[in-house]
Amino acid sequence: MKKKVLTVDDSRTIRNMLLVTLNNAGFETIQAEDGVEGLEVLEECNPDVIVTDINMPRLDGFGFIEGVRRNEKYRAIPILVLTTESDAEKKNRARQAGATGWIVKPFDPTKLIDAIERVTA
Amino acid sequence: MDMNEIKEIFFQECEEQLAELESGLLKMNDGDHDPETINAVFRAVHSIKGGAGAFGLDDLVAFAHVFETTLDCVRSNKLEPGPEVMKVMLKSADVLADLTNAARDGGSVEPSRSSSLVKELEALANGELPQASAPAPVAAAPKPAAKAAPAPSDDSGFQPIPFSFDDDFGGAPAVTAQTFDVSFKPRRELYAKGNEAALLLRDLSRIGEMSIHCDMDSLPPLDDLDPEAAYFSWKVQTTTEKGEEGIRTVFEFAEWDCDLEIKLHEETKDAPAGEEPPMIPVPFDLSILDGAGEDTVAEAVDAAETASNVVKLAAGAAKHEKKETPAAAAAAAAAAAQNNNAAGQTIRVDLDRVDRLINLVGELVINQAMLSQSVIENDNNGTSSINMGLEELQQLTREIQDSVMAIRAQPVKPVFQRMSRIVREVADMVGKSIRLVTEGENTEVDKTVIDKLAEPLTHMIRNAVDHGIESPEKRAAAGKDPEGTIKLTAKHRSGRIVIELVDDGAGINRERVKQKAIDNELIAADANLTDEEIDNLIFAPGFSTADKISDISGRGVGMDVVKRSIQALGGRISITSRPGHGSTFTMSLPLTLAVLDGMVVTVAGQTLVVPLTAIVETLQPEAQNIHSFGANQRLISIRNSFCPLVDVGRILNFRNTQANPIDGVALLVESEGGGQRALMVDAIQGQRQVVIKSLEANYTHVPGIAAATILGDGRVALILDVDAVVSASRGQSLKQEMSLAVAG
Amino acid sequence: MSYAVKNLVEGARELIAFRIGDQEFCVNIMSVREIRGWTPATPLPHSPSYVLGVINLRGAVLPIINLSIRLGMKPVEPEARHVIIVAQVGAKVVGLLVEAVSDILTVSDDNIQPTPEVSSDLEKQYARGILAIDKRMICLIELGALFPDAESEAA
Repeated sequence: MKKKVLTVDDSRTIRNMLLVTLNNAGFETIQAEDGVEGLEVLEECNPDVIVTDINMPRLDGFGFIEGVRRNEKYRAIPILVLTTESDAEKKNRARQAGATGWIVKPFDPTKLIDAIERVTA
Repeated sequence: MDMNEIKEIFFQECEEQLAELESGLLKMNDGDHDPETINAVFRAVHSIKGGAGAFGLDDLVAFAHVFETTLDCVRSNKLEPGPEVMKVMLKSADVLADLTNAARDGGSVEPSRSSSLVKELEALANGELPQASAPAPVAAAPKPAAKAAPAPSDDSGFQPIPFSFDDDFGGAPAVTAQTFDVSFKPRRELYAKGNEAALLLRDLSRIGEMSIHCDMDSLPPLDDLDPEAAYFSWKVQTTTEKGEEGIRTVFEFAEWDCDLEIKLHEETKDAPAGEEPPMIPVPFDLSILDGAGEDTVAEAVDAAETASNVVKLAAGAAKHEKKETPAAAAAAAAAAAQNNNAAGQTIRVDLDRVDRLINLVGELVINQAMLSQSVIENDNNGTSSINMGLEELQQLTREIQDSVMAIRAQPVKPVFQRMSRIVREVADMVGKSIRLVTEGENTEVDKTVIDKLAEPLTHMIRNAVDHGIESPEKRAAAGKDPEGTIKLTAKHRSGRIVIELVDDGAGINRERVKQKAIDNELIAADANLTDEEIDNLIFAPGFSTADKISDISGRGVGMDVVKRSIQALGGRISITSRPGHGSTFTMSLPLTLAVLDGMVVTVAGQTLVVPLTAIVETLQPEAQNIHSFGANQRLISIRNSFCPLVDVGRILNFRNTQANPIDGVALLVESEGGGQRALMVDAIQGQRQVVIKSLEANYTHVPGIAAATILGDGRVALILDVDAVVSASRGQSLKQEMSLAVAG
Repeated sequence: MSYAVKNLVEGARELIAFRIGDQEFCVNIMSVREIRGWTPATPLPHSPSYVLGVINLRGAVLPIINLSIRLGMKPVEPEARHVIIVAQVGAKVVGLLVEAVSDILTVSDDNIQPTPEVSSDLEKQYARGILAIDKRMICLIELGALFPDAESEAA
């Protein structure tokens, strides 16, 4: 059965690249444009893993992760953060918000897939 | 979707981001320091950088990175966005746009431009940034803000590449297999973040041969079990070629939430064997974890996994805590965060589809008109139900047409934004200080009009900056604010869009203009013109008062070209000026290029449509008001002035003979440049909104004719080009015209 | 009526033949979009004598060419019984006024004889050969030569 990935990123370009990369690797991909939409979509789509950006309008990555973790069903869902920012403070914040792991943009498709494989059964 | 398509989409997205960037920066420049505004600006640059990196657009990435870092300082309140700072920001936005365009079109940006800005940006960030060297593509992480040795890779194992820890550990890159003792004790946070011990162990099993022991000693009786606590720990002995880094990589996501110890295995003889926990060798690949396991070892690990699953299930059952539903949480979060974008959802549509829809609706309108006509012709005492039905149909059709037209309607904002950049650049070039104020940016007009508006507007703005506004010294000497202001406004008025360009410069130098016109034989030396007429002379062909050909406004590309562009859109332009105080250009444009409000008339037996916007009034000529002048001219007296009559049928060659004005009706029209004319037509049939059909599509441009339309009877009717007809009627130079107009 | 484009056998062409005055002509059927009855056209000012005007073809504005004039023959006055051949010439669609459409012919290239030497310049411009069919002489016309795309009738 295909694994489902929910990707949340406000950049159309990145969303497209994620879609192509993940679909080619055999995942089923659902997409959202920002944290608010991400939380809305989460309920319906039941993903196995989430990949999210940090900088987004309306609700940023931190807020989104916190929102996900507050949901009973998704308290332990793997969440990978996709971001160009890598300073220690941001990482810490992401971790404290509940992120499982990180991937740096521009992302290497292989590494993205590896990371997803790593955190999903 | 292939990479090229994604790249296309990326550049489209860049355009949007650049527009957001500019508009946000302008807001900040006006004093808006709302964190959301600043955030949006940051995100715009951040987005561009992110996408650009994916395509290896190094120059763009490098510049965007420095820009973003400085913006981050503003965002985190380390840098105050004062006027000097904003200047640098705005210039940086311009360079970023240029770099983006260069990346798309394969051009290049002068390195000195970007490098000097980079220096300024870095200086603003107060030297916290390291040297701006281009990051290596793809694998590079942006440099941390804290001072760091210029190492190409990141410091804290944040990224999934092997070199994830400091050199202190000094694990030699393992070429030969080494054996390590790994002690792995997850803390509760590890599970809370979605990490799975079993999965980590599975991954560990993939990099080398390992033996594993699970320490379950800390597991309390079920009653005391905290479902969320971590009780298990593992000791693993693995022989791997990947070295310590390889092992750390497996645990990289989880590293902070567990106690991880990696030691090279030492065959220490004095280690009491009894104390060594029994290690169970593990099959090479624990991927069987993904499915069902049969091995005892796998089972042990499996049991651990099951146990943690049980734990989770128990957790689920045991928890009574009421939580906010995610929706409520999202709502609260959304309320806390401000929404910058316009309310309402949007959808991207191919322009072709919209055009096709608009064409079809145009056909619908024509068909409906034809149907109405048929019914009227065939049945004068139309049954009221048919009539009512038809009326409703007409109403519906009109509404559909309005709605469809609205789809293509766009705010003028993007065009206005481009202007603000042009003002900055040109003002910079000529050493003047000028700011652009805009109003009514959200006024909407058909996309096709907007697309064609940019060029004439650009021209006028450049002129205003170059010629209209005086130098700061001159302005100060005249008691004016050294900074000049150009105001660009748009609003709807009686079914058209009116755009005004106002500058507070020196106004039109009437003496010079008049002299130039005389020199170019546009007017007689002794012609007596009103101020307004003199001002509008600048629209005459070839007219340019620039003494030297400046770089900015160019040679001879004067206001006449601008005027023709506006007219080609079905619009009008005029100017008023106050010496010493400035000039105002007023443009009136149709809301759409697809339909037209017209007066249907008969000329020499042919049906023509005259654009309603050109018509001032209709007249019924009477013999005593008609005066002959010269060999061919005829004038009609209207109130106290004389207006030349134009024999449309003759000019269009529908007739060889001169018509008698009193046999028909006259349409008083305004021609650009101020004068009026009376167009002679046989009769007026009525007023109608018509769908514009191009003649050029299947034929070619016809002089005197603007376009065609299809009337209710299914026949083609030509739409008159009023200005062209008026020009053709002159047949004599402007100076005679002028003296005629004011004679008597 | 509209004519579907049929598969052509190698070396064969399908032509549609029509009559103007006492002469017969034909054009490649691939350029013909449809055949319509005659409709009065709205005249265009300052247009050449062979442009009768424009008509409405399902919402598009179509120029009508009086082929008799364009081919340099004795001008034929448009009548209700005449026929308009709607043809694609380059990027434009035009209507050609002819007296009647006669046949659809399938010919191979060897059926086409060269244009006679006695042709005038105009004829040399548009004619691409003649066909002999049932004792009739049918002249093959190249539409593109009659209406070169850079047709700007600047008055």
